Amino acid sequence: MQIGVVTFPGSNCDVDTVKALTDLGVQAVVIDYRNHRLDYLSAAIIPGGFSYGDYLRSGALAARAPVMAALRDAVEEQKLPVLGICNGFQILTEAGLLPGVLRPNRHGEFRCDWQTLRVAAESPYFPGLRVGDRLRMPIAHGEGAYYTPPGSLQALFQAGQAWLQYTDDQGQLHALTNPNGSVANLAGIQQGSVAALMPHPERAMHRYLGSDDGHKLLSAWIDGIRQEVGHARV
Amino acid sequence: MPAFHAVVTVELKESILDPAGEATQGVLKHMGFSVDGVRIGRHIRLTLEAETAEEAGQVAGRMAEELLANPVMETFRVEVLA
Repeated sequence: MQIGVVTFPGSNCDVDTVKALTDLGVQAVVIDYRNHRLDYLSAAIIPGGFSYGDYLRSGALAARAPVMAALRDAVEEQKLPVLGICNGFQILTEAGLLPGVLRPNRHGEFRCDWQTLRVAAESPYFPGLRVGDRLRMPIAHGEGAYYTPPGSLQALFQAGQAWLQYTDDQGQLHALTNPNGSVANLAGIQQGSVAALMPHPERAMHRYLGSDDGHKLLSAWIDGIRQEVGHARV
Repeated sequence: MPAFHAVVTVELKESILDPAGEATQGVLKHMGFSVDGVRIGRHIRLTLEAETAEEAGQVAGRMAEELLANPVMETFRVEVLA
């Protein structure tokens, strides 16, 4: 199977992401943002970075690049599995492929740290990740405060779209473990075949680097892609 | 076609926290100014050709809807300069 890593001017986690996928035995290809065709891919990742220098709003300019129109078609027509990481999450919300928006951190600081997450909803695209599972990964962002308009939060949880939440090391949810001011400590959102998170799984691939929970998340996703698109395209 | 200047002003909705505005307000108070609120928005001046001022305003409005403002958290207004 071939997974595309979409690269914009200012993306900087693309190479790490390709390496992580290669470690997992997947053929990863870099996709330029000017591309108009993605129909040969089994899945796509939008990696982290600072696309277009975060100008206007983080992710806003990248969301209007030609490749995003192709990505939207592939999601709508073929249910292409898409994973957004950090800036990739911002781009997917700006493109309207995920609900809500990511705002500057509540405390105004860029936050670079280890963070524990809890899985809040299961998905066929991540078999093996169960509700309550704890994952430890690095975060590194200045604009990660997830926001959704008043009244929409309950629907997000009911629909299973509230995917990952920031917790303390024991997996307990409380305000003090919220690193950026996200509503309901939300760290990741999913909708259909599209999922995204602010933390960096590609930076948590080996125990000797602090955690291999990113390996766990990405390999669950790859298992999910194999099962969902299965015989047809992988 | 005549050229027009249009200004799109983008502001955070009132229900949305503005950490940059709060930080700025804090510093203004520290400097001794009396200020009860700071909200930071964006002033975008467009130069565009159109048949009429009305048409220029409509096009600028579409630009705001489709890119310049995010309706989840922002509002905008358009003013065509004479």
